Amino acid sequence: MGLVAWVAQNTSLVFCFFANISFDGAAFRLLFSRTRASKSYCHFAGLLLNSGAGTSFLRKGNQTFHVEERLKDVCRLGISDLSSLIARGGLSAVQAAETAIERAQSNQTELNAFVSIDEKGALARAEALDSLGVDARAGMKLFGVPIAVKDNICVKGGRTTCGSQMLQRFVSPFDATVVRNLTDAGAVIIGKTNLDEFAMGSSTETSCFGPTRNPHDTSRSCGGSSGGSAAAVASFCAPCALGTDTGGSIRQPASFCGVLGLKPTYGLVSRYGLVAFAPSFDQIGPITRDVKDAALLLSVLAGHDPLDATSVDRPVEEYSRLLDDDVAEIKVGVIGEHIEAEGLTPAVKSTMNDALKALQDIGASISQVSLPSLEYAVAIYYVLGTAETSSNMLRYDGVRYGHRASGFSDLADMYRKTRGEGFSREVKRRIILGTFVLSMGYYDAYYERAQRARTLVMRDFDIAFEGVDVLVGPTSPQQAFMIGEKVDDPLLMYLSDIFTIPANLAGLPAVSLPFGKDADGLPIGVQLIGKPFDEARMLRLANALMKRNCSS
Amino acid sequence: MGIEKTQVEYLASLARIELSEDELELFSGQLEKIVGYVEKLNELDLENVPPTSHTQNLKNVLREDTPKKGLTKDEALALAPDRQGDYFRVPRVIESD
Repeated sequence: MGLVAWVAQNTSLVFCFFANISFDGAAFRLLFSRTRASKSYCHFAGLLLNSGAGTSFLRKGNQTFHVEERLKDVCRLGISDLSSLIARGGLSAVQAAETAIERAQSNQTELNAFVSIDEKGALARAEALDSLGVDARAGMKLFGVPIAVKDNICVKGGRTTCGSQMLQRFVSPFDATVVRNLTDAGAVIIGKTNLDEFAMGSSTETSCFGPTRNPHDTSRSCGGSSGGSAAAVASFCAPCALGTDTGGSIRQPASFCGVLGLKPTYGLVSRYGLVAFAPSFDQIGPITRDVKDAALLLSVLAGHDPLDATSVDRPVEEYSRLLDDDVAEIKVGVIGEHIEAEGLTPAVKSTMNDALKALQDIGASISQVSLPSLEYAVAIYYVLGTAETSSNMLRYDGVRYGHRASGFSDLADMYRKTRGEGFSREVKRRIILGTFVLSMGYYDAYYERAQRARTLVMRDFDIAFEGVDVLVGPTSPQQAFMIGEKVDDPLLMYLSDIFTIPANLAGLPAVSLPFGKDADGLPIGVQLIGKPFDEARMLRLANALMKRNCSS
Repeated sequence: MGIEKTQVEYLASLARIELSEDELELFSGQLEKIVGYVEKLNELDLENVPPTSHTQNLKNVLREDTPKKGLTKDEALALAPDRQGDYFRVPRVIESD
């Protein structure tokens, strides 16, 4: 063995990660359950209303769980209400964290939503929050709110695995900027959620920790790649979670799990500390149960960060502030290519009809728009995305961190064996495809051609947004598919992102709203796409739409 | 276009990834299918369309070169698969005579 001068002087080189319910505390009886084998499907925050109980059912495989309606209501406590309850002393941050952790642990066997649950760290953090005085609590928007973070976002001192053998023992030496923003706002990170390996997938099946299961039917996929985050929020382990979205990885699992998933405009949220996958597309965003929570969380996450060169320097908006304003002047465009696409299930079609009717009811003006280039979105994405992947993944070489193979003959052999062992098939497949489209003789025919086609998609959106403010269509052509149904057919899996990819190609904000369910109770999402940095208007429309949906 | 097994083998060597015989077989079939799909892009007239590499109109984002503390050597080396003193240890790179 010889030595090479890999001197650890410049650590930025060494670690080259890119970079409603209103209440009064007295109206609740605090029942803090420490029973792990609780049969209720949701008892988040351990709060019980003194109101009368009803019963509803949630499907779980072939079993049915009884859920007390009164519990379900409290489980839907918004993060703003939860934060003010804890800040006022109606519930301690420790109690909130303990309950969330207990719930996450007790669901783990069935759902596998978490890669790691940080009981010790979360409780220490919650205790520190509980010791803060009234003044210190003021202004912390997420005081004591438990949150789950996707395991491709670095949290200092804990493992960040990306669901990969390659990083199974990687302990992050720093916090991602979004993690710092969350903790500064008083949030308590309870654990890291499961994902497709390096976020490459649409089903959370490529994780080296096994698939996450859909809380609405555990034989089905939770979607992906932020499937663990969506399942954690849907199963009431945490009121909110962070996901990441490169081609739909926040919105599609949100749609499959019946929660809300928001992908912000490219550049609005810093990606420093996010493990890069395809950097011209990657964005971090919130997964929540309602629009108000998403708006609140986005105002915590957004903001310029000098550590991410693609982060845009513009003032942070209070996205919650104008949520309830009138939406009558908002012009909505229905994406013809998406609503008339082949392969929409009848339940998705029927949910879209409901959404369009709800839009009419709330007074939005609706017209149909055409974006012909969207037909090519998946093809463009799988050329550009894999090209970026093949380049990004080169950092995993077994030298500075991560897995290193044993039994190699020389340096090149060490790279080959390390990468052959450390990556699963999906990651290898994408690296090979990316290497192909960038290789000599094929670069012009594939990579550059896809870059030019990407310009057409952006132009089509520009033209559409000359006439309308927000676009609407389905999030996914179908409800949650079965685990194992698509994992052996990569092209079929890639096509499941057909409606979510366009917003990533153009860097636009988009949100999937839990809008309907099929006859089996499987959730169906409706997608809104906004103009760049126009999250406020998109969320205002989303809020009105969801309110109308609840009341109809 | 078809993607032969030998081509996948070549791409794997460029990407420094060891693939098993099974993976070579599997990927050549799958990549052929995916590349076949991607060839949809040939339907488009793109002659006068400029390429997009990025959706933000950002160029050369620079900040002041201010010295500040980063990770310590020990923090940076803590995750090294093989370490000797303040160095990452790797197999010999320079051949001896």
